[in-house]
Amino acid sequence: MNVSDFEMISRLVKERSGLLLTEDKAYLMASRLNPVARRHDFKGFDELAKAVRLHGDEGLLRDVTDAMTTNESFFFRDAAPFDHFRDLILPHMLEHRSSQRSFRVWCAACSSGQEPYSLAMILKENEAHFAGWNIEILATDLSRAILFKAVEGAYSQFEVQRGLPIRLLIKYFKKDDDRWRIDESIRRMVTYRPFNLLDDPSSIGQCDVVFCRNVLIYFDLPTKSAVLDRIAGIMPPDGFLCLGGAETVLGVSNRVRVMPGLRGVYGLAEEGSGDLALAAG
Amino acid sequence: MVARKILENLDFRIEEAEDGQKALEACQRRMPDAVLLDWNMPVKNGIEFLKDLRATPDGERPIVVFCTTEDDLAHIQEAISAGANEYIMKPFDSEIIQSKFSLAGLL
Ligand SMILES: C[S@@+](CC[C@H](N)C(=O)[O-])C[C@H]1O[C@@H](n2cnc3c(N)ncnc32)[C@H](O)[C@@H]1O
Repeated sequence: MNVSDFEMISRLVKERSGLLLTEDKAYLMASRLNPVARRHDFKGFDELAKAVRLHGDEGLLRDVTDAMTTNESFFFRDAAPFDHFRDLILPHMLEHRSSQRSFRVWCAACSSGQEPYSLAMILKENEAHFAGWNIEILATDLSRAILFKAVEGAYSQFEVQRGLPIRLLIKYFKKDDDRWRIDESIRRMVTYRPFNLLDDPSSIGQCDVVFCRNVLIYFDLPTKSAVLDRIAGIMPPDGFLCLGGAETVLGVSNRVRVMPGLRGVYGLAEEGSGDLALAAG
Repeated sequence: MVARKILENLDFRIEEAEDGQKALEACQRRMPDAVLLDWNMPVKNGIEFLKDLRATPDGERPIVVFCTTEDDLAHIQEAISAGANEYIMKPFDSEIIQSKFSLAGLL
């Protein structure tokens, strides 16, 4: 792969997804794009690069971008945000949404579905408190390929052994050949659709809880800031935002503030007091 | 064994038993904090061992993790009803071991 092909494709991927590909990712690019080249009947990477350069069709550009996403995910990743969801966020919603009896959760980079299904299992385990409520879990990702997998809700033996307690496996999964399929009662709690975090999320609508985990780490600072500001724009004043363990809002957005003592959970900064609240966190 | 290495790194002192009966006797002599067991063991299999262990005085205490090739729901359900805390299906990697040990409360 020559430098100019690498740069051209990196630029395309960055424009379409925000994902930053540093030069040490050249090897990764070759190994991820060779299968795409085969699928589109190109002889190899060089021919694919040429087609992309000549503004290949939308399907090709999308597949190239998709292939450069990192989709690693597991159930109850990092445990803490899910504990906070159960112990803090749900009781808050129970108290503060009792008149409308509804709230919405958005998983903004849901990958293969482990994150929204983890939240759905927590809700299911607590359903007695929410009888008659309308709770929506909307899960989106840029990659259509990974959304197919999420919708299917079938996981390998390795995937169901990372983060998922055995009691929840036997309660909510059935073995289907060598895959474990999530129960329909959990699957239908989650609505999937494609969404690009670079786009305006007003079509998503207001969300009381937003999980946007382990995706900002791949963006540059201006992109992180813009994404966080837009997410803040669709949250109510008492909304909750959960980020990944290696992600922070400090110095990135002053519309979002740290919640002291709650690792990974963020709230909206009050108008004009953002910096102060951040300093306190 | 991967699991043994990880446990040793966590400062567990490890004792091994060659069959289910000897494992039970070892537990009765000195109750461990955790037991890692296979389903298929000579003399007394994993599930018989677990039932006997849980019926032994102080035998409720150890955290018990199955680590076995038996990977169907029926086996897993039986193990959990008999009092297993976690269940690892083979094959596994070190990330699964870490994840399961932390779910079981060993980490
Ligand atoms: C590492 S996964 C994180 C999955 C899950 N949130 C978790 O924490 O386990 C990152 C996901 O972000 C998605 N992604 C990357 N760029 C995106 C964008 N611009 N808009 C939406 N999703 C994006 C990728 O397709 C990938 O599935």
